Amino acid sequence: MEKQWSEMTWQERREERFKKWLNPPAKLPNPAMEKLYKERLTRMIKAIKMEIPDRVPMHLAANSFVAYNNGYTLYDVLYDYSKIKPSWIKFLEEFEQDSADAPGFFAARVYEILDYKVNAWPGHGLPKTSTLPNFVEKEYMQADEYDLLMKDPFNFSLRKFTPRTWGAFEPFTGVPSFSSYSGLPERLMMMCQDPNFKKLFKTIMEASDENVKHQKVMMECAQESLKRGFPPLMGGVMLAPFDTVADMLRGTSGVVKDMFRQPQKLLESLEIIADNSIKSTVGMVNMATSPIVFVPMHKGADSFMSVPQFEKFYWPTFRKLIMGVVNEGCVPMMIIDGSYNEARLKIISELPKSCVIWTMEKTDMALAKKILGNSACIAGNVTAAMLYTQTPQQIKEYSRKLIETCAPGGGYILALGSGIDKCNPANLHAVVEAGLEYGKY
Amino acid sequence: MSGDFVNLLADLKEEEVLKLTQQRLDSKEDPLKILEDARKGMEIVGKRFAGGEYFLPELVFSGELLAQVTNIVKPHLTGAGVQQKKIGKVVIATVAGDIHDIGLNIVDFMLDVNGFEVTNLGVDVPIEKIVKAVKETGAPVLGLSGFLTPAFDAMKETVEALEKAGLRKNLKIMIGGGQMDDEVRKYAKADAFGKDAMAAVTLTKQWYGVK
Repeated sequence: MEKQWSEMTWQERREERFKKWLNPPAKLPNPAMEKLYKERLTRMIKAIKMEIPDRVPMHLAANSFVAYNNGYTLYDVLYDYSKIKPSWIKFLEEFEQDSADAPGFFAARVYEILDYKVNAWPGHGLPKTSTLPNFVEKEYMQADEYDLLMKDPFNFSLRKFTPRTWGAFEPFTGVPSFSSYSGLPERLMMMCQDPNFKKLFKTIMEASDENVKHQKVMMECAQESLKRGFPPLMGGVMLAPFDTVADMLRGTSGVVKDMFRQPQKLLESLEIIADNSIKSTVGMVNMATSPIVFVPMHKGADSFMSVPQFEKFYWPTFRKLIMGVVNEGCVPMMIIDGSYNEARLKIISELPKSCVIWTMEKTDMALAKKILGNSACIAGNVTAAMLYTQTPQQIKEYSRKLIETCAPGGGYILALGSGIDKCNPANLHAVVEAGLEYGKY
Repeated sequence: MSGDFVNLLADLKEEEVLKLTQQRLDSKEDPLKILEDARKGMEIVGKRFAGGEYFLPELVFSGELLAQVTNIVKPHLTGAGVQQKKIGKVVIATVAGDIHDIGLNIVDFMLDVNGFEVTNLGVDVPIEKIVKAVKETGAPVLGLSGFLTPAFDAMKETVEALEKAGLRKNLKIMIGGGQMDDEVRKYAKADAFGKDAMAAVTLTKQWYGVK
């Protein structure tokens, strides 16, 4: 009899998810593509498990580059969805790698209809020539709202956070709490009689119609990846609890004030955010093909906080979140913005062996291999600055050295340190060439 | 009292600093002296940051304390004597296409407390506006900030525009922020890359020939 999920170890649960990943629900066009899919994915899985694959797997998170590589700007693809798929196909056909999802272009018109305030992008708060969207950091949560966030996250979201971050949802600011177990039908009817909510519901319908058009293109792009034997990589996304507060809720300046003025409140809320994130992330992964959870990491880095601050504010609840999703068989793939020094690397190296992936932007890779080499798969660090400013020869040589340093013994994925936009395509080709040429085991 | 104040600010003791600020004003002390002490406290913060004892949270919080002290003291300043003597001028800006301001504002107040007159042009600043500001202020030092890759080209184009306008020769340009590094410095043809706000202070002092 097969083991029940509740009786499985995290490794067994992960194997179940790997099986699902190796046998995607959508059919691949022919046996050759099926073989290619499995070859690529086996490479990835072996690297994750710190076993030795046939060659170093490669992953290129290319962002806006996908548009520029096809002669478009980011503005073009954000506003004209018909330009997305041809660009994506060109990217897939030109760059060999071992996984590919769909391009990360959001629907600018949907954001405009709903008046989304957290991003600025070309044509909306940034010049049309801008090559990447910018995050608009503000105190979307006030210093005295931690209790509300912890005790009633739904009401905090509905009446505080959402109206502040999505202008169209402004009417929710004034509504009484929704916490009661009864009365919802009456409440909804009353809302439908209110001209402000009538307008909001109309706006949501309009945004939703627009979103369908965008989603269709994205689905098609994902199918184009699969058709060419590229396994999907992103099964979910989560943030370190400290980053959830420091990026989204309180902003850098807000969170810093809280670190000094109300550290206990901050720490308590990080615990609750970790618990909630475990549930929502596992929920996401359950619906996906891939068990990989992307974790962009920001404010625990060398240039932000001290090691004691990292140990107090960043790591404990992040570790709890990581282990929460690992125990459900998911594989967190961290992307460390900036760099981690020896002390930080040592702290993160104490997780159970091979349960996560650490992607590095600027961290010293020899040091990372030395400290994390027996702990987890590492990835990166071909940086955006390099891809932008150097020649294909230099990039190829750098990638060769990366492989030489990080690949021995397995547990390395050749990858970029961050997203890229307008770099010379020959530089990205140089990364792939190095992987194919020097990455064989 | 003044020594305590300097150390309390440097140690980021918010309540005590604010209380003492009020006490000093109540006892009719010269408000300029209080601001001068605040500046000294901030200098210590800067030194602790450069020495690796303080990090960004301490730096940002010290800026918050300074702003509060300044707000309390300001109404007590008489018109004369408000202008302290400054070492010289610096123009800073986050380049076009980039709206990140946290690093920019830290550089702003760290340069300010270290005695420089800072013209902060803000974020997403068009090239022409930077050229105009350099021309009008005659500042010999320019700091360009950027967080993401689009800043690479924006910085390069800004430096080129300054060259074209004949302003480059007597101008020192430093870059910093997020994904900037020495490779980007070479690419943009700037004079120096600074890894943090104190590096901006050190570079500016060096270029001004002050210790």
